[in-house]
Amino acid sequence: MNFEFSDEQELLREQARGFLADNCPPSVVRAVLDGDTDHDAELWRKVAEMGWTATVIPEEFGGLGLSYLELVVIAEELGRAAAPIPFSSSVYLATEAILALGSTEQKEKWLPLLATGEAIGTFALAEGNGRPSAKSLKTKMSGAGISGRKLPVPDGRAADFAVVVGASDSGDGASMYLVELDQAGVSREAVRTLDFSRGHAVIEMNDAQAQLLGGEGGGWSALEKLMDRAAVLFAWEQVGLADAALEQARDYAMGRYAFGRAIASYQAIKHKLAGMYVKNTLARSNGYYGAWALNSDSSELALAAATARVGAIQASVHAAEENVQTHGGMGFTWEFDCQFYYRRAKLLSVNIGSEAYWQDRLITAMEQNNAA
Amino acid sequence: MDFNDTQEEAAFRAEAAAWLKANVPTADELNGLDDIAAAKLWQKRKYDAGWACIRWDKEFGGRGSSAIEQVIWNQEESKYELPGGVFSIGQGMAAPTLMTWAAEEHHKRFLPKLASGEEIWCQLFSEPAGGSDLAALRTKAERDGDDWVINGQKIWTSGAHYSDYGIIVVRTDPNVAKHKGLSYFFLDMKSPGVEIKPIRQLTGGANFNEVYFTDVRIPDSQRLGEVGQGWQVALTTLMNERASIGGGSSAVNVDMAYRIANEVMIDDKPAIEDGAVRAKLANWYVQESGLRFTSYRSMTAISRGEIPGPENSIGKLVGAPKNQEMASFCMDLLEMSGAIWDDEMSKEAGVIQMNYMGAPGLRIAGGTDEIMANIIAERVLGMPQEPRMDKGMPFSEVPTGSN
Repeated sequence: MNFEFSDEQELLREQARGFLADNCPPSVVRAVLDGDTDHDAELWRKVAEMGWTATVIPEEFGGLGLSYLELVVIAEELGRAAAPIPFSSSVYLATEAILALGSTEQKEKWLPLLATGEAIGTFALAEGNGRPSAKSLKTKMSGAGISGRKLPVPDGRAADFAVVVGASDSGDGASMYLVELDQAGVSREAVRTLDFSRGHAVIEMNDAQAQLLGGEGGGWSALEKLMDRAAVLFAWEQVGLADAALEQARDYAMGRYAFGRAIASYQAIKHKLAGMYVKNTLARSNGYYGAWALNSDSSELALAAATARVGAIQASVHAAEENVQTHGGMGFTWEFDCQFYYRRAKLLSVNIGSEAYWQDRLITAMEQNNAA
Repeated sequence: MDFNDTQEEAAFRAEAAAWLKANVPTADELNGLDDIAAAKLWQKRKYDAGWACIRWDKEFGGRGSSAIEQVIWNQEESKYELPGGVFSIGQGMAAPTLMTWAAEEHHKRFLPKLASGEEIWCQLFSEPAGGSDLAALRTKAERDGDDWVINGQKIWTSGAHYSDYGIIVVRTDPNVAKHKGLSYFFLDMKSPGVEIKPIRQLTGGANFNEVYFTDVRIPDSQRLGEVGQGWQVALTTLMNERASIGGGSSAVNVDMAYRIANEVMIDDKPAIEDGAVRAKLANWYVQESGLRFTSYRSMTAISRGEIPGPENSIGKLVGAPKNQEMASFCMDLLEMSGAIWDDEMSKEAGVIQMNYMGAPGLRIAGGTDEIMANIIAERVLGMPQEPRMDKGMPFSEVPTGSN
């Protein structure tokens, strides 16, 4: 049995944690929250310099050609630091989409730029309230170009291009397109979300130039495969966040006194934090399962990814909520950092599909495995 | 990251699997034997072939195996439905305590018969006044020549009625602080003055007992540790409660709930198509899968010769309530028929109802949910204990519900 990260991967974790402690302390997150930028461009530049954006991109396209086990280690640390950068959009979604679906030409154009962080990509699926389906999509390609309105698009203003999911008359009813965002047919505006340490936008496309990414009419099944991969990576960010929230709650409870003793000595607080630890541990172990399945291209990926994602959503949202609660009134202030995790946990939990969506996907994967 | 055995582990697994395949008792061999006779037959067979208590030294009847080999053996053995269970307290808790604290002559006398299953042991710790607060126990021992004279009552003693020996913690000095006045012994369960009364459980069954002690004499040579050191010795026993690596599975699980949800209808459609049903099953799958991969992480540490981290401490705290919730939910899926508990008429032959009725016991035995949460908070998260009203107080002055 060897179900653990290697020594090299543990070393990478140490380096990443040290780097983020130096370069992404709470003041950096707070600066984006207080300011009017969509992300911290300086941190993004440094993260790219570290090669993190290049982790799984093959060397022939300017990447490091490392495995997904390295990438999940980095994801966990970024989640722990609540880093205000477009990493998930560009690395877990846009890069993955091009790796999976791109033509040689598309790969040659975009992967080297994504690897160095010079280009930022994002993923545009949602078109307003509710769960999207191939049938519900209004965005569509015509002879003149692609038209539609995508809302919200994470990192939509920072991104150079978006992978856009549009309706199709053939196949499974959807296709994916690569749309450069700095063009006449595209307008974008900031959308305020509950976590404005991560910028979001509404993107309007009117006969915009677009390239098909992957086959015509195979977009919805490609999307689901892409979601499975991204779910594992998102889950590790959420696991990192959940542990950071638990540690913050523990540290505060140890130092905060009420009725003459540390509130950490009350069973009401101890049991609350033990409950957080239990959820976090389950989420982490399921994250291992997801990471293994992603890295080994296992046929169990759909089940493993949904399991990792559901566990991570539950752990991170719970930890972030109970962290505020443990802090009492101070946790509800702007001044305290509890809000970082509270905002980010909920944002990540609805990004790429909610808990209910992934619960359903989990059972669907089980049904497919049983039918096979 | 993979699930594969090392070369040595694979070789050991193959050897274990081959022996099991050739030696597990047939239905004919077990026919007519009661549970204990059947368990003894299988244990003796393992012992004779060197497959009993494999981590123990060979001189005590073991195999001298490594921790990872023990895990592999457990995995292979659990592939068969085999009699057992009655030895777990003796082999898992009494034996390690004897190894740490008993004299060599006791090792030679008792360990091989524990390994072979010839002698069964029970654990006499809990009392009516001391459960979660175990050190509040009141059964007293007074020195009389070379013996100690025991008076008092123990409770929740599994298997007392078929045990040959027992390990017991008693109060030898009520005038010092709670933890300091305890001593630890082992005794012959057939000693005069030992009276065993079965306790009928909420389930209707009676697997555990009250044990009364009236002037029971235990030779001082059967004391483990010094007089007054009983709490320390008891901690050895409690720390050896078997690690649940690879175990902890229940008959009521996601597979069963999924099967039922595909068979029963909600609004004329299979229940599995219902969103609420899917969400619940998904949540329980996350727990099952999380526990499974947590145990794989612990196994990896063991395989590398390391001590597993604290993550395995969540097993009982997750598994016991989950068992109760899932049994309850499976009965809900059956609607009114869920209440039927009958081997013939019940879906899944009454296993669901049996698990539901047994579930409260699992949440209490071996550390209640609340104690398990305290253990995680204190030992894993490093949070302080609650202040104790009885701290440093002579035990005889500690307030109780009866004064």
